[in-house]
Amino acid sequence: MKKHLLYMVTIIAACHGLTACAQGTSSSSAEVTQGKEVYDKWCVHCHGTGIGLGGGALPGTQQLAIKYRNSDIPAVLDQRTDMTPEFIEVIVRQGVSFMPQFRKTEVSDSELAMLNAYLTRNNR
Amino acid sequence: MATLPPGISNEVFSNALSRFEAAIGSEWVFKSDEDVALYRDAYSPERGEPTERLVSAAVAPDSVEQVQAIVRIANELKIPLYPISTGKNLGYGGSAPILSGSVVVDLKRMNKVISVDEGRCSCVVEPGVSYFDLHRHIRERDLKVWIDCPDPGWGSVVGNALDHGVGYTYGQYRDHFGSHCGMEVVLPNGEVMRTGMAALANEDSWADYKYGFGPYVAGLFGQANFGIVTKMGFWLMPQPEAYRTGTISVPKRQDIIPLVAQVNHLENQGLIGQPGFRSPMSAAQAREPELRALLEKEGGASDAELDRFAESKGIPSWSVELKFYGPEQTIAGSWEYAKAQISAAVPGTTFEDGVRYRFPLSPEEEAQVHRNHRLVDIGVPNLAIFTIAGGRTAQNPDNADGGQFYFAPIVPRTGEALLDAGRKMAQAYREVGLRYNEYYPTPACWHYRAFIMISSLPVSRLDPEINRHSREAYAHLAQVAAENGWGEYRSPPFGVDMVMDAYSFNNHALRRFNETLKDAVDPNGIIAAGRGGIWPKYLRDNEEDV
Repeated sequence: MKKHLLYMVTIIAACHGLTACAQGTSSSSAEVTQGKEVYDKWCVHCHGTGIGLGGGALPGTQQLAIKYRNSDIPAVLDQRTDMTPEFIEVIVRQGVSFMPQFRKTEVSDSELAMLNAYLTRNNR
Repeated sequence: MATLPPGISNEVFSNALSRFEAAIGSEWVFKSDEDVALYRDAYSPERGEPTERLVSAAVAPDSVEQVQAIVRIANELKIPLYPISTGKNLGYGGSAPILSGSVVVDLKRMNKVISVDEGRCSCVVEPGVSYFDLHRHIRERDLKVWIDCPDPGWGSVVGNALDHGVGYTYGQYRDHFGSHCGMEVVLPNGEVMRTGMAALANEDSWADYKYGFGPYVAGLFGQANFGIVTKMGFWLMPQPEAYRTGTISVPKRQDIIPLVAQVNHLENQGLIGQPGFRSPMSAAQAREPELRALLEKEGGASDAELDRFAESKGIPSWSVELKFYGPEQTIAGSWEYAKAQISAAVPGTTFEDGVRYRFPLSPEEEAQVHRNHRLVDIGVPNLAIFTIAGGRTAQNPDNADGGQFYFAPIVPRTGEALLDAGRKMAQAYREVGLRYNEYYPTPACWHYRAFIMISSLPVSRLDPEINRHSREAYAHLAQVAAENGWGEYRSPPFGVDMVMDAYSFNNHALRRFNETLKDAVDPNGIIAAGRGGIWPKYLRDNEEDV
């Protein structure tokens, strides 16, 4: 069962990563602003542009740089324009690789919606 | 479908959930499969197997009164509870219980910083407060105190202390349970108790004096299951004027013995923070095939052979990074003292100045620290450590897996014990098909009076065979460690019994005492069954020992 879940994550990632087809959303600027706060609280420590151990990238950014090494997808999460809310929800609620899932006491459903608004704000 | 608590019927469980909902609101009782799955241990080495520790439901109170209500209901209906703070104890269980079917009491919503007293260098916090939260609270108020944080900054200040977690600055702060001062606990009968000075009706010194009057019972709530801790006081470090590091290197393999003795002397005098031992010889293996051949040769390498190689290449056998916190002139003097002491004790010692900071750092300066140092050493929480948690690498770029758990025995803090542990543990690792640094093992010095010989074992979301091998390896390593008098300081959930079994003096007198306390304090066995290797009477299978 779990193999299937991770496989699903991979498929979704491949689909949206390669096609970069996610559509822009109609989120309000308030949602985007609040989503940025969620991102800064929970995501940026691994997925931001900061400097990691030994001067390298932060862990999440490092992982995505390797994953998307043969594409033009940015390694920094909030610079991407290809993610859908469904994809983000799968990653946040199921985790992937060494990233754990996040409980609703950490990132509530409404906060996840705001995060989606922020991370999809520039979708093409 | 929910994994029910053992011996609890659907009817009783449904009744319990209804009463939890009435007590704290249905929004904060998680019982759907989707929500319950969020409490799985993300780094479980039992993932997807029948033994995986699964929860039946989760409840998320936001006050001590709600915790009391939950505990009273559970005690009446004999529902096992498992408290978590922020649920980020990855490698040691994460947000999952030890006993499958437990209801997790998720304390993340109890996230108030009750107080930070700059002058008294202390704080009182709730369990949902992370190191990030406390650090932010202090920074926003420009208070001149530091926290001591572990590598992952999203952990709970309370939860990390209760699991005997550790950090990086001076010893009195980086032993996180040791730096706590006074706690509030909801006992298994639902009553609230406070320890130390917090037990005074009109307390005014919660986080100033640990012992209060009478027995020091606070220790019963670390790695244990006698109550749910809802507040803890901690001692904070005054922001130092300055910080500097220096690295000392010694040429020969046996030089680790006087080097450790000298570093211990520095630490025991309160002159340094956590020392960072390394082995340049060990690091050289990757680029020196001749050295690799020497280390792997039949019958083993002699010290003379290794030292000849080290001398020929100019590679030190060992180095140690020393960290100094305090007034700039004082720590400059401490560094000079360290150099003088160690060079007198070890011929051929060399020195290298490291980083130097004056506080406060500007945001721009702080953002650059990881280029050549580590933020955790200066009390700034972050998550950079996950760079070494597995996942994709240049050599294995398509690895979508990751995570690990830890084998972490305590070994005496001497060079002799370190070399002995390297030799014996290398043999134990070979027996389970793994490699270990036999000749140049390096200790973690988080606990300032003992070495932790920590190593990680991989877990997989994809491959049960990796998990099976890691579990079997852990069991073998724990057994070998126990035979040599080395016990683990923490344990993943599947290992709690084998770890506690090693603490076996006088027919497991310690475990039997813990069980006596458990039966008296928590006769229905509702709090965190199995934690600390302590099981309630109805789940014990070792009654013949009693």
